[in-house]
Amino acid sequence: MNGAVNSMDDLSPGELDDFRRDVRAWLEANCPDSMRTPASDEDEVVWGGSQVSFKTEDHRLWFERMRDKGWFTPQWPTEYGGGGLSSEQAGILAREMARLHCRQPQINLGIWMLGPVLLEFGTQEQKQTHLPPMARGEVRWCQGFSEPNAGSDLASLQMKAVPDGDDFIVTGSKIWTSHADKSDAIYTLVRTDPEAKKQEGISFLLIDMASPGITTKPIELISGKSHFCEVFFDQVRVPQKNLVGELNSGWTVAKRLMQHERQAMAHLGDEGQSPYSLADMAKQYLGCRAAEAGAADSDATEIADAVMRDRVAALDMDDMAYKLTLRRAAEEIAAGDDALATTSTFKYYSTELEKRKNEALMAILGTRALGWDGGLSDEAGGSFTADELAVTRGWLSSKVMSIGGGTTEIQLNVIAKRVLGLPSADDSA
Amino acid sequence: MNLTLNEEQRYLKDTARSFFREKAPVAALRKLRDSKDELGYSPELWREIVELGWSGMLFPETVNGIEIGGSGFGFKGLGAILQESGHTLTASPLLSSVVLGGSAILLGGSEAQQQAYLPDLISGEVRYALALEEGAHHDPAACAMTATPTANGYRLSGRKTFVLDGHSAERLIVVARTAGSAGERAGLSLFLVDADTAGITRTRTPMIDSRAAADMHFDAVEVTREQVLGTADGGFALLEQVLDRGRICIAAEMLGSTRELFDRTLAYLKERQQFGVPIGSFQALQHRMATVFTEIELAKSTVLAALSALDEDSNRVPLLASLAKHKVSAVYELMSNEAVQLHGGIGVTDALDIGLFLKRARVAQQTFGDSAFHRRRFARLCGY
Repeated sequence: MNGAVNSMDDLSPGELDDFRRDVRAWLEANCPDSMRTPASDEDEVVWGGSQVSFKTEDHRLWFERMRDKGWFTPQWPTEYGGGGLSSEQAGILAREMARLHCRQPQINLGIWMLGPVLLEFGTQEQKQTHLPPMARGEVRWCQGFSEPNAGSDLASLQMKAVPDGDDFIVTGSKIWTSHADKSDAIYTLVRTDPEAKKQEGISFLLIDMASPGITTKPIELISGKSHFCEVFFDQVRVPQKNLVGELNSGWTVAKRLMQHERQAMAHLGDEGQSPYSLADMAKQYLGCRAAEAGAADSDATEIADAVMRDRVAALDMDDMAYKLTLRRAAEEIAAGDDALATTSTFKYYSTELEKRKNEALMAILGTRALGWDGGLSDEAGGSFTADELAVTRGWLSSKVMSIGGGTTEIQLNVIAKRVLGLPSADDSA
Repeated sequence: MNLTLNEEQRYLKDTARSFFREKAPVAALRKLRDSKDELGYSPELWREIVELGWSGMLFPETVNGIEIGGSGFGFKGLGAILQESGHTLTASPLLSSVVLGGSAILLGGSEAQQQAYLPDLISGEVRYALALEEGAHHDPAACAMTATPTANGYRLSGRKTFVLDGHSAERLIVVARTAGSAGERAGLSLFLVDADTAGITRTRTPMIDSRAAADMHFDAVEVTREQVLGTADGGFALLEQVLDRGRICIAAEMLGSTRELFDRTLAYLKERQQFGVPIGSFQALQHRMATVFTEIELAKSTVLAALSALDEDSNRVPLLASLAKHKVSAVYELMSNEAVQLHGGIGVTDALDIGLFLKRARVAQQTFGDSAFHRRRFARLCGY
C-alpha cells in the first residue's frame, strides 16, 4: 500500500537472497523483543505525527530505527525520505517482518492514502514539502471528504473555497473525519465552482489543522467512544499552492485516493476482525456434547445446539472462501490478470461477513452480550467479563464497517457498473 | 496450493470449451430428452471424449510397469473440462465411471485388480457405476445392504437407489455391510460386481435433469472374496476418498453451470427493455447481480483450492471437498432461482434453457451430499 513506485531496477534472484539475509539480520538486531508481539490495546499503537507518544522506550526505539531506514515508506523514492525499495524487496521486508511478528512501527493514513496521490498528482514543491515529513512520521494527516449532506452522494459536497489573493477562504464543515482532533493536517475536497456540474466544480486542497478558524468536535457512536469527529471551517485562509491537481479537477484525484482507501479498509477490515472463535464461544455458552463418529479425535466434542452449529459452520466456510478468494486475486494479479481484482468486491463482502459473524456472537452469548460499561470508561460493568463486554462493543462497531469508506450499496453499484457493465439509470449515478 | 491455472491447463480449458459448445450444446441435451433416449448421454460423444484422453487424466501411465492408458494430467485439468461441460449441461460417464469407478479401483484395488480393470475403464469400453445410496439423503454410513459371508465369499442382499448411470454400466462398485449396523462407519465393504450377475435387477428412474439414474435390487447375489475392493469391513475410508473426488469434480461442473446462468442472465438484463430502458439499469436488479457475482467468485476459489489439494494429495482434501460442495451447491441454488426470476415469464417456459439448468441444479445439489450435509461434515472435521 505504500505507493507503488519502483526506484530500483529488477534485481537478480541472488541479489534478492542477499537482501533477504541483510533484512533478516537487521530486524533480528533492531526490532526489540516487546515489539514482536501483537499490540494488545489501542494505546499500544503508535500514531506518527507532531504529537507522537510512546508507551515504552521500546516503542520509541522501534519507531526511530525504522524511520531512519526509510522503512515507514519502503517503496517511496529516497529523495522523499522513502526506502527506495523495489516491489520485490518491499515484499521481502513485509514477509520478514511478518515472520518475526514485528509490529507496524506506526500507523499513518497520510502514507497510505495521500502519499500515493501526491506522488502521482503533486507538484515538485508539494512533494518536497509534504512527503519527507510524512515518511519520517512527523505529520499526522486526516481526511475531510464527507459532509453532513454529502455522504454516499459525495460529489454534492458544499464546503466552499473562494480565491482571495494568493489564498482561498474556506468555509463549511466536514464529518466522519477520523482522529481530526489529533491530526496536524487534513486533505479536503472543496467546492471551487458552484455553477459547474457537481463533479466538475470540486478541488483537492491541503489544509493545516492549526489554521485559525478550524474547530473539531468528537462524535460519540452507538459503540461508545469513537475516533470520528466533525470539523468546522470558519473563514479559514489556505495558500493556493496547497491545491493538488488542477483547479476543479479534484474529483479525479479523490477517485484515485478512494481506491487506496478501499484497499486500506479491506486491510483494516482484516485487522478489525473479531478475535473470537465462533465455535469455541458456542461450546462455552451453548454447551457441548460428545461428537458423533468421524470427528477429528475420539474425545472430541461438538456444539450441542444443532442450529447454532450449522450457523457457525456456514460462517466459517464463508470466511474460508473469502480468504481463498483474496489469495486467488493476489495470484491472478501476479500472473498479470485482473479479471476479479475489484476492491469493491472485497470491501463489500468482508464488511458484511464481519457483521454476520458479530450477530452470531451476540446470539451465542445471549444475555451475556447485553452488558454495558458505558463505552467511555475502562471499568468492568457488573458481572460481565471483559471478553463479554468486548463482544458487545465489537458488534456495535461492526455496523460502521459497511458504511465508512463507501457503503455496501455504493460498492454494489460499482460492481454492477464497472465489472458487470450494467447500464446506468441516469448519467449522474 | 495454487489457485490459478497454468498455461497447459488453460489450453485444455479452451479446447474443452470449443469441444462442448460445438459437439454438445444445451440443444443436444434437449434432443436426448425429447427423443426419450435410452442411455442418458451420447455414445458418440463419449467415444470422442475418450479419444481426447480425458478419461485417463486421473490415472498414472503405468501400474507396476504395465501401461494402463493414463496420462497423469491431474485434477485441475479434469476440473477445467468438467467446468466447461457444466456450461453446456453435457452428460457423459466422466463422473460416474471415471471419477467414481476409476478412483475406487485406483485407490482401493490390488495391483492385479488395477491392471485387470483400469485399461478397459480408461478406454471407455467398460463403464462403471457406484451403487451406494439407499435413502432420500446422501449418508454413506447409513448403508444397510447386507453382504453375508458364504463359503467362497459373500451374498449381497438389499436395495440401492440414485445410482448414477446405473442402468447402463457394465460393472458396479457396490457398497454393502459385512459387519455392524446401519449408521456405523465400521463394517462397510466395497465390491466389484458385473452388472449382469444373477440376482441384480436394475430400473432406470426418470429424473428432472434428463440424465440417467437407477434403482437396483440385489436378491442374494453371490460374489467371491476376490471381488472385494480394499479391505473387508474397512471400506468406509476408501469410500470417503472416492466420494471426496466425486464431490470436488461435480462442484467443478456445477460452477460452470452457475457461471453460464450468470452470463445468460446478465446478457438478458442488458437487452430486455421495459419502461423504455434496459431492465439492467434498475438498481434493485443490479444489486442482486452484483451479490451473486461475488458469491460465484467465492465459490470458484473453493473449487480451485479443492482441485489443487487433490493434485497435491493434501490432508485437507476432506475439508476442502466439503467447503467446495457446500458453497457451490448454495450458490448454484441461488443463481438458478435468480435466473428464473430475472428472466420473468420467459424464464418459466420450457422453450428457454434456463429451466434445464434449474433442474440439473437440484440433482447436482443432492449428489454426494447437499449444502447442509457438508456443513455438518465441515463442523465435524473442524472439531465442533
